[in-house]
Amino acid sequence: YSSMARDGGVSCLRSSETMRVGIGGMESPPLDLDEVHVLAVDDSLVDRIVIERLLRITSCKVTAVDSGWRALEFLGLDNEKASAELDRLKVDLIITDYCMPGMTGYELLKKIKESSSFRQVPVVIMSSENVLTRIDRCLEEGAEDFLLKPVKLADVKRLRSYLTRDVKLSNANKRKLPEDSVPVNTSLPPPPSPFTISPVSSDSSPPLTISPESSDSSPPLSPLEISSSPLSSPIDDEDDDVLTSSPESSSAPEESPARRQKMRSPLD
Amino acid sequence: MDTLVAQLQRQFRDYTISLYHQGFLDDQFTELKKLQDECSPDFVAEVVSLFFEDCEKLIGNMARALDQTGNVDFSLVGSSVHQLKGSSSSVGAKRVKGLCVTFKECCDSQSFEGCVRCLQQVDIEYKSLKAKLQDLFNLEQQIVQAGGRIPQVDI
Repeated sequence: YSSMARDGGVSCLRSSETMRVGIGGMESPPLDLDEVHVLAVDDSLVDRIVIERLLRITSCKVTAVDSGWRALEFLGLDNEKASAELDRLKVDLIITDYCMPGMTGYELLKKIKESSSFRQVPVVIMSSENVLTRIDRCLEEGAEDFLLKPVKLADVKRLRSYLTRDVKLSNANKRKLPEDSVPVNTSLPPPPSPFTISPVSSDSSPPLTISPESSDSSPPLSPLEISSSPLSSPIDDEDDDVLTSSPESSSAPEESPARRQKMRSPLD
Repeated sequence: MDTLVAQLQRQFRDYTISLYHQGFLDDQFTELKKLQDECSPDFVAEVVSLFFEDCEKLIGNMARALDQTGNVDFSLVGSSVHQLKGSSSSVGAKRVKGLCVTFKECCDSQSFEGCVRCLQQVDIEYKSLKAKLQDLFNLEQQIVQAGGRIPQVDI
């Protein structure tokens, strides 16, 4: 698959199954509830390969493209006319890098939310920089979630679990079913040690530390601010989405800091 | 008396641990290993190989930009550094990533000497990591060829 992904264009893994014809609009649930189709957008080849693998290993079908323009092209949004055609693609999730040349992930998010065909599709933004104003802006524009790079398996599993719930249940309630409460990794995550939680590497640090090279001049949050939401459990971050999202609608922009800062499971 | 497999497995374990202890790799490399299985047994090797190609390309871009004597476009260098920082972060190349942080600062402050120094260091560092990971993958191959299993190393 890596040779397909290299060309920088659309890489369709399991190409026979990546495209589906949606009839009647995006509201109807897909026929196979387990086959979630994700459109991944990232200009970095290495990151594209990694995100593809992360998604495939969590049973998603993936289409990976290298720019916002190609994403719009893939979605059929690159021309002006409103799309009323039946050959609409079934896309269950769009995950995009923020910093991309040409069109940023934020601009792509806006275009998706402006489109009638795809505005219901959850959009997740990924960024290597933990900039609160950036995160806020994306959430306000309707992004479902914000992942701090480097993206880990736990992050994608979390996305996957609430995505399937949305697809299966027709309401916006994202209650997590008990059997999915804790992802079971086949290999044990490393215990906290100087080597896994490094004070030097900022982007891979747990949510309580802020990247020192953040380009934004806003002051770093203290750990208290991040975990201040009364709804978040300090023990098991996995339940954050359940607790914080249940009283709100699924696209509420006023996400708690705990939710938007929750980039890692405590198992890291 | 140790079998060949046991010896190789011990070497592999020790070498892996030393790479983490010496700061060459961080937990993101561990994350990549989680994505490897029987269906994708060479996933980590493939990703790091792409990463090293990326290094070569980006370092070339930076060198060319810095070579424009008197007319260095530091934002261009900076954007290549940003990309390198991103991909090194994604594969767990901890030292390379750390150097990129310093490098970015030199770009931001438009320090030519600082940038040249960082460029040299980054070049040395990625090549050093490449050699070490090649040794690690060779050990894996030797274990498999000797009929053993590659041990899971908990850091």
